[in-house]
Formats: sequence, C-alpha cells, structure tokens
Amino acid sequence: MQKLALALAATLLALNAMADPKAAAPGGRVPYFAANCANCHGTDGKAASAIPALAGRDRAYLEETMKAFKTGARPATIMHQLAKGYSDEEIAVLADYFAKQK
Amino acid sequence: MSRFNPDRRRLLHAFGASTALAAIPGSGFAAAAGKPGKKLGRVVVIGAGFGGATAAKYLRKWSGGAIDVTLVERNRQFISCPTSNEVLGGNRSYDSLVHSYDGLRKNWGIRLVHASVTGIDADRRRVRTDSAGNFEYDRLVLSPGFDFIYSGIEGYDAKAQETILHAWKAGPQTLALRKQLEDLPDGGTYVLSVPKAPYRCPPGPYERASQIAWYFKTHKPRSKVIILDANDKVISKEKLFLGVWENDYKGIIEYRPGWNVVTVDAATNIVTSELGDKERGDVLNLLPPQRAADIARTAGVVNVNDRWADVEWISLESTAVKNIHVLGDALQAAPLMPKSGHMANQHGKAAAAAIVETLSGREAQPTLMANTCYSLVDDKRAIHVDSVHRYNPEKKVPLVVEGSGGVSKEPSVEEGFYTRAWATTIWKDILS
Repeated sequence: MQKLALALAATLLALNAMADPKAAAPGGRVPYFAANCANCHGTDGKAASAIPALAGRDRAYLEETMKAFKTGARPATIMHQLAKGYSDEEIAVLADYFAKQK
Repeated sequence: MSRFNPDRRRLLHAFGASTALAAIPGSGFAAAAGKPGKKLGRVVVIGAGFGGATAAKYLRKWSGGAIDVTLVERNRQFISCPTSNEVLGGNRSYDSLVHSYDGLRKNWGIRLVHASVTGIDADRRRVRTDSAGNFEYDRLVLSPGFDFIYSGIEGYDAKAQETILHAWKAGPQTLALRKQLEDLPDGGTYVLSVPKAPYRCPPGPYERASQIAWYFKTHKPRSKVIILDANDKVISKEKLFLGVWENDYKGIIEYRPGWNVVTVDAATNIVTSELGDKERGDVLNLLPPQRAADIARTAGVVNVNDRWADVEWISLESTAVKNIHVLGDALQAAPLMPKSGHMANQHGKAAAAAIVETLSGREAQPTLMANTCYSLVDDKRAIHVDSVHRYNPEKKVPLVVEGSGGVSKEPSVEEGFYTRAWATTIWKDILS
C-alpha cells in the first residue's frame, strides 16, 4: 500500500514536472509515447468504432483496467498481451493523458 | 522531494528522458515548437503510405505547425494494402480501400506534391521530381515501400506480369486478381507462391489463401487453393492458420512448405521449384522475393545485403546517409519486427518525434513501438499476432518486451469486428 502511495505520488510529481499534456503538446514526450496507442484507439484516443475510445474517460478506470489486463484479472482478446509491454508507471501516465483529451 | 527521486527518475527513464532534460526546472518541456511564428525547418517526406503519411501528419501536429512538410507521392489517392485480401474473398468493396489525401492538406497544412522522385542530392539536401520541380530539406523522410526482385523467378518477365499477378501492392492488381478468380470455373485451381521471409506482411499470404478458400467454399466448392511456400513452415500464426485450414477448408487448401518457385512458364501456367517439382494453376498468383524500393537505392540508403536499409533505431536515421530517415517495409527490421502497415505507422511517429526534438535543439529519445496484425480467415472471424518493442540501450535496437505479445486463442467474430475497426481507425490516424 505504501509502495502504491509512493508510486502515485511520484507519478503525480513527474506529471507536474513533465507530463501535463497541455504544456507538453505539441513537442512534449507524453504525446509521443501515447501515440503508439493511436493506431487502434484513434489519434489522441478518439475513435468511433468497435474498439473502445480512450479520450476523456475516467483516469482511474483506464489505469485499473490496463493493470487488470496486465495481470490477467480481466480477460481480453489482445489487451492482456499488449498491456504486458508497459510498466505500471507508464500505464499511469497514459491513463492521465487520455483522460485529459477532450 | 528527495525521497521520491528514485521513482521519479524511473518514470523519466520510462519516457526516455535524459538526465539533462530532467535537470531543466519546472516546465522545461514546453516546446519552442509550440510558439507561433517560429519556424523549425523543412522536411520532405517521400511516399504517402502507412509510414510516410503518418510521419507527415505527426510532424505537423507535434511541431505545432513550425515544421514545413512537403509530402511527395506518385498516386493521387491512398489505397490500403491491409484488408485488401478481403476484396479478393469478396468480403469488402475495393472502394473502401481508397482514401483521399485531402485531410492531410486541409487539417494539417501539408504540401502534397503528386510527382515521381527522380533524384536525391544528399549533399545539397535536395529532392528532384519529374514534374513538380526540386525541394530542399533539413531532414528527408523516406518511406518507399518495397519492389520485387523479379529475377528471383525465371520467366516472370514484363509479358508474363501482364497475366500472372502479384496483387501485393493494393491497386489495379487487386481488382484484376479478383476478376481472374470470378472468371475461374468451378473446379479450377488457384496457386499462390510465398517468397522466403522477410517480405511485406508475414501473415498476408495465409490470410489471402483463407479468403480465397472461403470464396471457393461458398461459390465454387470444387475449386482448390494451392500454397507453394518457400519457407519451411507457415511463418505467422502457424497453429491458427493450420487449424482453420483443417477445420474449415479441408479439401480446398493444400499447403506445401519448402516449395520455392524458381521458374514460371506463362504460356502453360506451370511453375517449377528449386527441386524440379512442377505445378500448374488456372490462376497463378506469384510473390517474388522483395527488397527496399528503387528510390531507396537512389537515395543510397540500401546497405544490408543489397536489399534493405539499416537505421539508427531512436531516430530511424539511415546509417548510410545523414539527414535521411527511413521507414516501413524498406528497413532491415529489428528482431521479430514485421514488415507491416501498423509497424510503418509506428516508425513514422518515432521518426516524427525524433525530428521535432532534433530541430528544436533537444536530443531525440527512444519511444515504444507496438505491432498488431489481424487476419480475417472468412467473412466474419479473425485472428491476430501482436508485440511490444522497447529500445534496448546496450544493443541499440528495439527488442520485444519479455512476456508481452502473442496470438489469438482461436478465430473469433469479436476479433473480426476489431479487424475492421482497426482498419478504419488507422486510416484516420494516418490521413485525417
């Protein structure tokens, strides 16, 4: 638990320092990183198709869902395999980025 | 503050932030690129396919319009190779593959030039075209695709190419091959040859065989699909394809591994293997070996086996010619990285990010790349293979993240929906 709190605090600090999408885009690093999701989920997470959109969704939901894919707690066709390519810290940053997309 | 430092550093590293960047206080990441009026440079992109068009769009997006982008493309319209096998199976309209470049022009202010590149002067950093003049660049992005090594199949000359199609670049050949399949009488034989890897779209030939087998099963049940594979096994989604062929297309698909087509006789439609075996098809569909397209040679970036272009994997800059970034099928791929449209799109983003950073006076940092290749095995069901590739600083190449990626458990209708959604979404990500 303490570890989780620590990680969250660190994530928030880092987000303040580097990852405010408004400050960072264009030109910052988080949009570069998040763009590898765009092939399937749409530019900036905006899509209208059978694949869920990410833009504007609840940050905590996105984060927990990705983590559940990663551990296998939530079954999937493909995301359980892709989620394993990302660290928990990266998942937190992605969730924050997509939650803030309007 | 200090007690959070290890985690913060870890997070910064996760995004490839260098210590120098981390040392920039406060909002050090606010980019010069975003300031109106400031120009960062000129980029010319050659080839508006899955790699080049993506790079062009994201260069404009991430530089806030501060980079001038000229996109040179021979064709007037974008024609998607991914999902074009569905057209051969009769499960998709050809028109749905065709998309306008207008979005890149109108939404992103990209200068689109429809012309053929006739020369690249890397010293003067200038691109010459046949009909639209010359263009100077600070950085050149080259996304040329592949060309065939026709000499790999003796007899596959210009005359033979008129009737024996590859349809491995979507366009008129896609429609022409579909017509040949429609004209084929029930009981006729379709023969598909697969070259030795690497080639564009590893699962593509097996998806194509499945689509055409579905068409035969539903329209010409006495017809056969024969796959002559130069590889010694199905090189992508092996168990899944073999399972589909056994369960759904038994008696229709015949698979022959280790069958390398080396000659063709267009008069008799007979192909011969390295070992002297012969096979005849009413419709022959031959895929010769492949290499980086001609324009990559013109640019001087082909430096691996006289076939592919080697790059530095953070910026995708050529290891042969400075200031030229190479994307997509033309690359000497990183380990387990397929030549796919999805991957080319990721290359385009990585190169765009690196160019924006470099032209802004910062050091380019590695980013993550992911791949997904869906294959439709009939009119509804699909299977996939996926992987996540993370830059390894010691080996200086992206490697598949251990434990990530995999293939479908089984073909499913759900993945069929995702396949078509993937296509719609990636086309928009590239073009609008």
